Amino acid sequence: MLSDITIGQYFPGESPVHKMDARVKIIMSFAYVALLFTCQNFFALAAAAVFAFLLYFIAHISIRLIFKSVKPILPLIIFTGLLNLFFIKGGEILFHRAFITIYEDGVKTSVFMMVRVIALIVGMSLLTYTTSPVMLTDAIESLLSPLKRLRFPVHELAMMMTIALRFIPTLIEETEKIMSAQKARGAQLDTGGIKAKAKALVPVLVPLFISAFKRANELATAMECRCYRGGTGRTRLKQPRVSGVDFLGAGVLLLVLGVIVALNILL
Amino acid sequence: MNIIEIENLSYEYVLPQDSDAADSGEKRLRVLNGINLSFERGTFTAVLGANGSGKSTLAKLLNGILIPTAGKVFVNGIDTADERRVYDVRQSVGMVFQNPDNQIVSAVVEEDVAFALENLGVAPSDIRARIDEAMRTVDIYHLRKSAPHLLSGGQKQRVAIAGVIAMAPGCIVLDEPTAMLDPAGRAEVLSTARRLCREQGITIIYITHYMEEAATADRVVVMSRGSVVMDGKPAGVFSQVERVRALELDVPQVTELIHSLKGQIKDDKLSGIIITEEACADELTALFERRGVPKNRGVLKKAAEISAVNKSGISAVEFSHVSHIYGTGTPYQHTAIDDISFTIDEGEFIGIIGHTGSGKSTLIQHINGLLKPSSGEIRLFSKNIWEKDKKKRGKGAKEPPALQTVRFTAGLVFQYSEYQLFEETVYKDIAFGPKNMGLTEKEIKQRVLQAADAMGVERSWLERSPFDLSGGEKRRVALAGVIAMQPRVLILDEPAAGLDPHGRESILEHINRLHKDADGKLTILLISHSMEDIVRFAGRIIVMNGGKVAFFEPTPNVFSDAGRLTDMKLSLPQTARLAERLRKAGYPLPGGAYTVSSALDSIKSLLGV
Repeated sequence: MLSDITIGQYFPGESPVHKMDARVKIIMSFAYVALLFTCQNFFALAAAAVFAFLLYFIAHISIRLIFKSVKPILPLIIFTGLLNLFFIKGGEILFHRAFITIYEDGVKTSVFMMVRVIALIVGMSLLTYTTSPVMLTDAIESLLSPLKRLRFPVHELAMMMTIALRFIPTLIEETEKIMSAQKARGAQLDTGGIKAKAKALVPVLVPLFISAFKRANELATAMECRCYRGGTGRTRLKQPRVSGVDFLGAGVLLLVLGVIVALNILL
Repeated sequence: MNIIEIENLSYEYVLPQDSDAADSGEKRLRVLNGINLSFERGTFTAVLGANGSGKSTLAKLLNGILIPTAGKVFVNGIDTADERRVYDVRQSVGMVFQNPDNQIVSAVVEEDVAFALENLGVAPSDIRARIDEAMRTVDIYHLRKSAPHLLSGGQKQRVAIAGVIAMAPGCIVLDEPTAMLDPAGRAEVLSTARRLCREQGITIIYITHYMEEAATADRVVVMSRGSVVMDGKPAGVFSQVERVRALELDVPQVTELIHSLKGQIKDDKLSGIIITEEACADELTALFERRGVPKNRGVLKKAAEISAVNKSGISAVEFSHVSHIYGTGTPYQHTAIDDISFTIDEGEFIGIIGHTGSGKSTLIQHINGLLKPSSGEIRLFSKNIWEKDKKKRGKGAKEPPALQTVRFTAGLVFQYSEYQLFEETVYKDIAFGPKNMGLTEKEIKQRVLQAADAMGVERSWLERSPFDLSGGEKRRVALAGVIAMQPRVLILDEPAAGLDPHGRESILEHINRLHKDADGKLTILLISHSMEDIVRFAGRIIVMNGGKVAFFEPTPNVFSDAGRLTDMKLSLPQTARLAERLRKAGYPLPGGAYTVSSALDSIKSLLGV
């Protein structure tokens, strides 16, 4: 149930996409989002989507995962789609009954928006699927390092993210255990109104928080024992290095951008 | 040459202040009291002591996580209180803690192993070489790209050890590294520690509650109330059985056996200093030869002769062809239990054993309807627990209302049950179950008090916060919370795991008494990795293997063939391993030897006394 969540999960591999510098990947991911928003017609959007699917193929990431990553925000996508469907006017009237009128443009915009949002999620998910959490946080730390001059705690932030990513699966497992234990004592966690449900969560949340604090305490000691002393003087096992793969990736992205601009203009 | 020198060490914790007693000054709790110890380079020392004896505090003082209140600790001649050298000290003395999950920082194994070296500012190419070497040493190199949360407990602890040895420490302190592991994981960790000591000359300080682990050390240090009370070779320490017991500790089963035997038969040649089963088997073989016991005389009796299990004839828990498949239709599809059928009668005390992943946990969660079988039927007192589901469903509820009643009938206590406590007071926490049953305040009170008494929860604790209690006390409160529902079937998953010998004994004794006092009206299912615990109480034992019931037999029968248990990666009680050695030496024990007392009886009958 809870363990179905796949967002933020990393699938180790040796593909060119995996080997790219995480910093380049982050920049490319944001560039991809920008690119999606420059698309002005279906052909351009299709080109952008094909690019994302191609990367999944190269990275050997199962297409099935795409559906899994989209699933949690499906209601949002459908809502956006319906909103566009009903409220965009223009073109031929395709359907009319009582107060509902659907125009051709409504359908077009609705499908266009949904495809764009899905492509966005799919593209961004690839970043976490192919980049180890540690590489990701290292990259964020590296990209944000100019902020250190402004006394922004960049290293601390990155460390917090690393630990959060490490403990998410552990805490999910723990939540399930505590829920089972309270159900065994007759707690009903999924009945009643919102108020009753909120109240029923107390026996789950209190033990979860207490355990999380205990874990945090023990982890802090364990880190100290392994000579942790903040970011100063720290080295990395994997030194991020921009290599040929990165130039190739960025080159392909630029090419796709060119194609999209061309399609925007020509069609 | 000593790697660690401790001189007259004392340590006090500053207690958190009560706001209303702010003017009374700091309150301090002294946990270590004038300790003098030294650890010789390259030796393996086991540290024993009841909970609260100061073992863990001592461990944290050895690498400067804590600084002595009085006295000194020197590591390689460096004072741990010297702030400028603190990282030299921590690099020399590595630490491995009890909970494997709470010491792994990174979501990838190799990156976690590299953590210490990154902190020390080692060059990336050197880090690579050193972590590869460290991971190969503890045999986790093949797991280097894995996510830690997917590893077994033993593997996680080896990841933690690799992260420490990458620093190239002279000494490793392991603070109860096996307390949360199954027997296979325990063996992995202990043998890894022993190998590091033998092959790499690393000094090992190994804190444990397992006497059998301590028996293999070079030296045993026993702590009590903040002081070192015994210190010497394992044989010398454990042979003082009464003294060790008085310190709320235990001795290995074979030590206890020989100790009792010496008290009951007159034999001057019998050594009192036995700590391993090899030595014990040799000693007993010599004894049998001296007494002229003929070889291969006793034949193991069949179960029917040994034990007529008392069966009430009333079916309490009945499984017929129950299977459970996780993640049907996904690539992770996995059959956890497969076509299981059995019947347990009311009033029975059943033990369930099986290695990790054999399907025990899945099995027990079917009894109270936490899991729904993929196929098959479960009957509780002859009533199919999922029956109502087919006819009508409760409004808005995902589960039929009858299931709640099922959970009051079959009380389930999970592993590490103290983690489910959440109320402000012990009383309220125990009352949570009865309250969900919709009882009146008066009934609830009566049940809470009754359950508290049954588990040895003292009346004075009832108005205190459960979080102020010690680990063993919390565990008893959690058990009382389920017992207060007065279930007719009580299912206990590893109720004694992770406790010290005294805490284990206390919990198990309370459970046993509860069963006896119920006079055949309470059915108990005890799930444990510890064969020693199960065989003492269970009338019949279910052995799980690969999602199936491998066999379900009266307790004495289970050990008639030691081979089939070891084939399933189960660890035998030490006395049963001893019996196996004696059988090979030509002296099969007639009544079996699954507990110390049964082994003792068998040996005496063989001797004819």
